[in-house]
Amino acid sequence: MSKGQKLLNWIDDRFPLSSMLKEHVTEYYAPKNFNFWYFFGSLAMLVLVIQIVTGIFLTMNYKPDGTLNGAGIPVAFASVEYIMRDVAGGWIIRYMHSTGASMFFVVVYLHMFRGLIYGSYKQPRELVWVFGCLIFLCLMAEAFMGYLLPWGQMSFWGAQVIVNLFGSIPVIGPDLSVWIRGDFVVSDATLNRFFALHVIAVPLVLLALVVAHLIALHEVGSNNPDGVEIKKLKDEKGIPLDGIPFHPYYTVKDIFGVAVFLIVFSAIVFFLPEMGGYFLEHPNFDQADPLKTPPHIAPVWYFTPFYAILRAIPSFLGTQVWGVIGMGAAVVVIAFLPWLDRSPIKSIRYRGPKFKFMLVLFIIAFIGLGMLGAMPPTAGRTLISQILSFIYFAFFLGMPFYTKNDVGSVPVPTRVTETNGKCQLQFLVLVAVTIIAAYLFGTNV
Amino acid sequence: MSEQQVDTGRRRFLTVATSAVGGVAVAGVATPFLMSFFPSERAKAAGAPVEVDISKLEPGQKINVEWRGKPVWLLSRTKQQIADLPKNDPKLVDPKSEVEQQPKYCQNEGRSIKPELLVAVGICTHLGCSPTFRPDLAPADLGPEWLGGFYCPCHGSKFDLAARVFKGVPAPKNLEIPPHKYLSDTRLLIGDDK
Repeated sequence: MSKGQKLLNWIDDRFPLSSMLKEHVTEYYAPKNFNFWYFFGSLAMLVLVIQIVTGIFLTMNYKPDGTLNGAGIPVAFASVEYIMRDVAGGWIIRYMHSTGASMFFVVVYLHMFRGLIYGSYKQPRELVWVFGCLIFLCLMAEAFMGYLLPWGQMSFWGAQVIVNLFGSIPVIGPDLSVWIRGDFVVSDATLNRFFALHVIAVPLVLLALVVAHLIALHEVGSNNPDGVEIKKLKDEKGIPLDGIPFHPYYTVKDIFGVAVFLIVFSAIVFFLPEMGGYFLEHPNFDQADPLKTPPHIAPVWYFTPFYAILRAIPSFLGTQVWGVIGMGAAVVVIAFLPWLDRSPIKSIRYRGPKFKFMLVLFIIAFIGLGMLGAMPPTAGRTLISQILSFIYFAFFLGMPFYTKNDVGSVPVPTRVTETNGKCQLQFLVLVAVTIIAAYLFGTNV
Repeated sequence: MSEQQVDTGRRRFLTVATSAVGGVAVAGVATPFLMSFFPSERAKAAGAPVEVDISKLEPGQKINVEWRGKPVWLLSRTKQQIADLPKNDPKLVDPKSEVEQQPKYCQNEGRSIKPELLVAVGICTHLGCSPTFRPDLAPADLGPEWLGGFYCPCHGSKFDLAARVFKGVPAPKNLEIPPHKYLSDTRLLIGDDK
């Protein structure tokens, strides 16, 4: 027996190293027909690592201090400028972190969309989906609290608006928003607690949820583009006929995805870190001024669909809590997908026309709301936002009705099929047309 | 020993009692952590009244003063602007200022002690942005019936020159009028009226 084998045996007698590796990597059997959409789970893990590593290094020079320094600049704002200008390599670490925030949402939105089209939330994967939705919620909290830290104009007024959302809750609202801020306005107290939550509390919860997400996934096994349960058909050794071990097959596939992703990521970090004001908003290059709201406030792009829903709902009965409820419901309703969808068919490949039609409307509504949420409000835009918000909720809440008895022309196969890329192209065309149409339409109303 | 009967009822009682007492302990320990999120004594003490010199304020001019970290507007309204105020009444949510967003002595058409000077907290009652001062008449973006007022850039809420909210916008209430009093004709105290 070699020395390495001896050491491994010594460890295995004390810690289940080999069996864990087998269970989760070398003998975790995944369906053999994964396609393009299956890159985004591992990419989300990669971005999480990037955010944690760059975040740790940023805390070494960042100061969560909202008081003014000798030059009349808030210490926090000045420390970010210091990182950008004086710390060796500081600018690249910060741009990796800010680009990472946006790219996190890019890959997570695509990852969630994959679940939507292939029915990955359906029985027996409901808890995988629910854990995923909690991860999404944590990500939103991370992004929101992290955005306050540079202490620029958008940081300050964005936090002011979002914390005041809680203030609209009847009876306890005003006290609740004071409790969240720790002051009567967004101030140094708010900055300090957001920093603590952003770097310690939420990341810990996030990591625990990622572990739960993966354990739940490996318990039930991965879904696939055909929505076929590969565990139903196994060979004499108990290995699924359509399964291949995660390592080396999908580790190699994912490394290819990582390489392509990092090319895009680096291009953004080096050439477009602000992404024309969408990744880093221009008013945030001005220090926070509690007396002056910037002329146009918009959240960062990944919050705009939900922000548009917030703005679309008017206040009535003397309170604006309805918009807040609408925005909250838009996020929460996603977690209920496993119970709203009544169709036994998982994958869109075998779904009926009603689901496909509603899905197209949903894509248009989500992108449209995202574009409108980034623009200043006008009467016309508010009306369109209201229509799109209605479609957004109709997609989810109408599901129990339109997914019943909605069967496609091709029956669900018993084995997985060859992957085809036709619908991927249709999807890209739909997204491109929607973005251009929403932009042209939105800027003219 | 092995022939002794397990008293499950007693065991259940002990489990429930231990959990309940433990739960009370957890709630007790959580209290200081949750309380630490409220404003500290220092933050509470920072809300002292502010004294302002208004002798240099020209008619039509607006200045900002910071009080409790919030912007407070001091707007000197022109005679025309005061005369225009009642014209907005039918379009307002609360033209008579019945909702308690002002001290009793400011529950009037101009929501002020003296008609020419408006003192208001410049924080939108929707989500806390600071509305923009738009004294211009009938601008393209606000429509031909605009008689001057405040426009919130965040969510499009509109207020007239007495800081009263228009109908059909996200903000539900008029802007807050802080307690204030005149120390003399040219000196104003914001934050205290006693």
